[in-house]
Amino acid sequence: MIPAAFDYYRPNNMDEVIALLQEHGDDARVMAGGHSLIPMMKLRMAEVPHLIDLQSIEGLNAIEVKDGQITLGAMVTQHDLIDHDGIAAAAPILREAALQIADPQVRYMGTIGGNVANGDPGNDMPGVMQCLDAQINLVGPDGPRTVAARDYYEAAYMTDRADDEVLVSVSLSAPTGGYAYEKQKRKIGDYATAAAAVQITNSEGKVASASIAMTNLSDVPVWSEEAGAALVGTSCDTDALGAAVAAMLGDIDPSEDNRGPVAFKRHVAGVILKRAVTRAWDRA
Amino acid sequence: MTDKMHIKLKVNGEDKEFLAEPRELLIYALREKLNITGPHVGCETSHCGACTVTLDGKSVKSCTMFVAQANGAEITTIEGIGEPDALHVLQESFREHHGLQCGFCTPGMITRATKLLEENPNPTEEEVRFGMAGNICRCTGYQNIVKSILSAASEINAAKEAAQ
Ligand SMILES: Cc1cc2nc3c(=O)[nH]c(=O)nc-3n(C[C@H](O)[C@H](O)[C@H](O)COP(=O)(O)OP(=O)(O)OC[C@H]3O[C@@H](n4cnc5c(N)ncnc54)[C@H](O)[C@@H]3O)c2cc1C
Ligand code: FES
Ligand code: FES
Repeated sequence: MIPAAFDYYRPNNMDEVIALLQEHGDDARVMAGGHSLIPMMKLRMAEVPHLIDLQSIEGLNAIEVKDGQITLGAMVTQHDLIDHDGIAAAAPILREAALQIADPQVRYMGTIGGNVANGDPGNDMPGVMQCLDAQINLVGPDGPRTVAARDYYEAAYMTDRADDEVLVSVSLSAPTGGYAYEKQKRKIGDYATAAAAVQITNSEGKVASASIAMTNLSDVPVWSEEAGAALVGTSCDTDALGAAVAAMLGDIDPSEDNRGPVAFKRHVAGVILKRAVTRAWDRA
Repeated sequence: MTDKMHIKLKVNGEDKEFLAEPRELLIYALREKLNITGPHVGCETSHCGACTVTLDGKSVKSCTMFVAQANGAEITTIEGIGEPDALHVLQESFREHHGLQCGFCTPGMITRATKLLEENPNPTEEEVRFGMAGNICRCTGYQNIVKSILSAASEINAAKEAAQ
């Protein structure tokens, strides 16, 4: 599997990256860890005549946890995230989700920026970021701008990011309460058949707030406001779980693939969502 | 075709320089340009781990890295781990516990395991299985691979204690 030829660039500042993106337009792409892009290039499903490697850009691999605010640089790898005690304390769902992505070798290379920017409905971090109401920070020829993760995804591989913009970081407020990232997959290294990200808070035995997003059940991640709302004020009993699942099933739109037919995916979505909510509530 | 690039790598402690197209995969540069044939090509699709090398302190699948991306890196392959007449503890342990049958996966297994034990010198069986999940073996059923790694870990730890 030999990818099409390309010119390789390894700039060390962002201005140069943006200038290259502007100069080459559609023919240029940035590469982070390459663990989504290289497989696509090998299959010749992606052709990138001008490949811009981000590995030498300074300041993209910092993890910051301060005053309840978390910022993850685009080049922070899944391995870095798992290894970071501050993240484990401030937003344990990130660690729980990262541990369910791919395998150790892939996690040393795969980055948060690549996972969030890629736009593959199978990527796990977009759903997590929607659950956490994270903000995606971009920079382009006109300077920086920020988009909510919940508004970022348009369709498979189509996002709000313009071709000449680069994702520099993802920022979020440290969540409170219980959490879970529950993922059904056929084997280690597989993308989700269904996965659910849940954050839930408990006030005197009742759900005070709940945020729920699911992965790989539509061409974009699905944050379901109604599914969360169905839990608020309840004690997460069977009826409440049923209502949350019903709301979520109204929002997802899975398609048949080698992970199963639509009816099976809808069934698995319900099972996984119940497990995720139950685990998050136990921890709340 | 694009121009060839001047690539510099440090492989198993030795400086290497050669010309390569940027799109060449690291595994082929190692095997075909440098004649370092320990890392194998199993799946070529980032799934099997037979091509695993240690690159700047990370276990990576060298079939999923362009040689241009690796330019400037320090790499360790199975050739840099132990010597035929002075095996690394992991190699000795794989031999002792039948951690291999055909041996195709073994260079990747042992290279990955060196890094795993460096990061977690005292793993549980579950941690070994999770930490080795990027490496596939078609022969052994994994049981003896896990046994080999656990046994190597206790041996390394015992040697460390004895040295103190
Ligand atoms: C065997 C295997 C199993 C995997 N399993 C999973 C899994 O279970 N779950 C999961 O979520 N992922 C999985 N992945 C994907 C892996 O996590 C990827 O590494 C990740 O999705 C993309 O990160 P990257 O750094 O490799 O991005 P790259 O491959 O470098 O880039 C991906 C895309 O994003 C763009 N991009 C990257 N960085 C930026 C940026 N800063 N700004 C703008 N655009 C950018 C690139 O141009 C490209 O289009 C798997 C990969 C493999 C090989
Ligand atoms: S050959 Fe690289 S992972 Fe299989
Ligand atoms: S020993 Fe044959 S593949 Fe592992």
